[in-house]
Amino acid sequence: MGKLTPELERERVRILKASEDYGLDCFDTIFELINYDQINQIAAYGGFPVRYPHWKFGMEYDHLSKSYEYGLSKIYEMVINNDPCYAYLMEGNMMMDQKLVMAHVYGHCDFFKNNIWFSKTNRKMMDQMANHAVRIRRYIDRYGYDPVENFIDVCMSLENLIDRYSPYVETSIVEKKEDKSPGNPLGLLKVDKGYMREYINPPDFVKAQKDKMMEKLSQKQRFPSSPERDIMKFLIQHAPLEDWQQDVMSIIRDEAYYYAPQGMTKTMNEGWASYWHSTIMTQKILNDSEIIDFADHHAGVMAMAPGGYNPYKVGIELMRDIEDRWNRGRFGREWEQCDDVRERKNWDQKLNRGREKIFEVRRVHNDVTFLDEFLNEDFCVRNKMFVYKFDKKQNRFVIDTRDFKAIKAKLLFMMTNFGQPIIRIEDANFENRGELLLSHMHEGIDMQPDFMTETMKNIFKVWQRPVNLVTAMEGEGHFYRFDGNEFIQKKLEAAPKAESSDGSRK
Amino acid sequence: MSIREDQSRFKDIVKGKVKENFRRFVSHGEMIGKRENEFVKIPLPQIDIPNFRYGPKQQGGVGQGQGEAGQEAGEPGDGKGKAGESPGEHILEVELSLEELADLLGEQLELPKILPKGAKNINSEKTKFNGLAPVGPEGLRNFKQSYKKALKRYITTGTYDPAEPVIIPIRPDFRYKSFKKVVQPQTRAVVIYMMDVSGSMGDEQKEIVRLESFWINTWLKRHYKGLETRFIIHDAAAKEVDEDTFFRTSESGGTLISSAYKLAQQMIEADYPPNDWNIYPFHFSDGDNWSGEDTRLCVKLLKEFFLPQVNVFSYGQVESKYGSGQFLKDLQKEFPGDDRLTLSQVESKDKILDSIKDFLGKGK
Repeated sequence: MGKLTPELERERVRILKASEDYGLDCFDTIFELINYDQINQIAAYGGFPVRYPHWKFGMEYDHLSKSYEYGLSKIYEMVINNDPCYAYLMEGNMMMDQKLVMAHVYGHCDFFKNNIWFSKTNRKMMDQMANHAVRIRRYIDRYGYDPVENFIDVCMSLENLIDRYSPYVETSIVEKKEDKSPGNPLGLLKVDKGYMREYINPPDFVKAQKDKMMEKLSQKQRFPSSPERDIMKFLIQHAPLEDWQQDVMSIIRDEAYYYAPQGMTKTMNEGWASYWHSTIMTQKILNDSEIIDFADHHAGVMAMAPGGYNPYKVGIELMRDIEDRWNRGRFGREWEQCDDVRERKNWDQKLNRGREKIFEVRRVHNDVTFLDEFLNEDFCVRNKMFVYKFDKKQNRFVIDTRDFKAIKAKLLFMMTNFGQPIIRIEDANFENRGELLLSHMHEGIDMQPDFMTETMKNIFKVWQRPVNLVTAMEGEGHFYRFDGNEFIQKKLEAAPKAESSDGSRK
Repeated sequence: MSIREDQSRFKDIVKGKVKENFRRFVSHGEMIGKRENEFVKIPLPQIDIPNFRYGPKQQGGVGQGQGEAGQEAGEPGDGKGKAGESPGEHILEVELSLEELADLLGEQLELPKILPKGAKNINSEKTKFNGLAPVGPEGLRNFKQSYKKALKRYITTGTYDPAEPVIIPIRPDFRYKSFKKVVQPQTRAVVIYMMDVSGSMGDEQKEIVRLESFWINTWLKRHYKGLETRFIIHDAAAKEVDEDTFFRTSESGGTLISSAYKLAQQMIEADYPPNDWNIYPFHFSDGDNWSGEDTRLCVKLLKEFFLPQVNVFSYGQVESKYGSGQFLKDLQKEFPGDDRLTLSQVESKDKILDSIKDFLGKGK
């Protein structure tokens, strides 16, 4: 790894200065100049120079280096959310590309530092990842390569079973205080004079309190007390694991949480960085001879394939749209209610609040809220967006509709939970036999059956008791059970809901 | 670098060397090769760790572009960032060099490296500068090493002064490049392809021979520099042809296999002394010989001439509607378990790879 060349360093200082002038606020950013093989290696390691040994990184590396060597793809830019930020430039790229990448990187850095969804991430992840690697290597030395690798495989199979929003929720440990003296389990009001009893605590109230208590008691028997989405955490805490297994699993979970915000803000983050590289480059940095190459490469990044969703493109267009709307005052009630086409077309209140607005947007939104709030019909039409689906008859993907509502619904669905099914633990003592009951919050799309069964087997390996799952397949509720030897599949009468499990709990 | 370890671990899993139970998660591309300078698909195997995920087809998505409802949307996949989700999307069309193709073939079929015979006989000498000596001609003085020696001497004797870093080398500091004579074994090989072009060999049969001989050539070229190939076609009589004709000719008439063997024998005797050459005769036919007598003659030629002289004699029998397939059976009967002769039956195009493995799997 090398320091920047004096020429690059000069440009870096210029670009940093320009980005600061625009109001970007970054962590210190350290650029390293590395060759293609090193960049492939680091990219395979998810952006870090050191990770624990696992074949999955080898696979990534194999794919990246093959596709680089055959000229199919090339990594231009990589940046790590860390304080200081680390970013990598590839040796031998043309000067214009290096400048573009640096400008893009400063966009990301600003986003990492200021977006609320990144606020809970570990800013010393560089060190943390290295520590993880050391810990896992130590377990390998002690317990052998195969057992540790096999267990990592199991953990990776479960790594999407986390609750991406949990870091932002304050969990209140303090319960509401009630009068719970031993002689008064029902929490009745205090009665000084016997004849007043029926008035102060009327029978209806006593009965209601009794019911409440019974319900609470039954709730307490439930374990977990409310459905748990952070399945990894639950297993770490409650599954019969060895110490080292617990540690390995918490390492994988840690890393999954570290990467989660990047998944939650992909569109915004790339849109923001692209907005800034294009702004900084075209307004401050490019010289005349570079403009054509810049346009070419910028267009390459923004290109959209018909069947593909390009977060760079959608992100930058939305950012520009927001800036434009707030510059011209195209928001708020008056704008929404205006039906006059001509008036709408010429609407300009000269507010010039666009910049300010996008800085605010980059601070508080994630992809779901971003698209929900700012994706509008004009935008979809202008950008020729559509929903596609798989047509069984033609055996190919076809355009389904260009209806705005459908597009928005589909996009939001794709973004929610990172486009993955939501699975919860309903009961860890199912049928009072210590079995695990999972439920899939079915939202119209079935899970892939073979992967589902394999994942259940992996959960069994951790929980070491039978694993049950309620989901839907082809419109019908299904109940699956894996007891360590065989799979049982049953059709359910009613469509699966979270409550359906209560029927079997008595 | 530890990523290399991860990579070789991954490759081992893909090959099924370790973690047998993981094979079901491995998705393979196919291996279809064409001729030089054309595109081939190279496999990018992928292992999917199972997790709870949506089925791929139901999902659909959002795209951008022209088109009416109902029109094709193109394959999904995001242009940037992470690799796609579903297995099988990773097959890329790339151009490969023949050497890489050969390696892929070898890897896929687990072919052993060929041990050339006659390697001892033909050697060539080369000089290689690969060492340092304290004496030598001034023209070969290695400045860098000499300077290092001198610097070392200064430092160890304590006379080095960083403020005035003047280094004056003296005689014992000098180092000279030295060379060695490296003996490189030279290996030469010739492949003699013989093909039955009698009426019973149809186009499909010839296509099989063409494909198979391409792969065999590719593999042998990987092991021998300057591989020579000769082509013989035969029906009732044999003649030598060029490569192009070899694959195009369609004759009719009877079949005398011995005619081809005799011609090959003459070729070897004239041009390829077996002590200096690795010789690989390949014969393809539908197994229909004219007479039992001719078959006996062939067997005699094999026994007395070919098998003692060549690396391995290969006979591939291509299944055809008209052929009786008798020749293969005769050979099997005559040479049970003789590893100088490999026999392979190619029923269809799909079996070409198996057949190549039959031929080259012995590492001879």
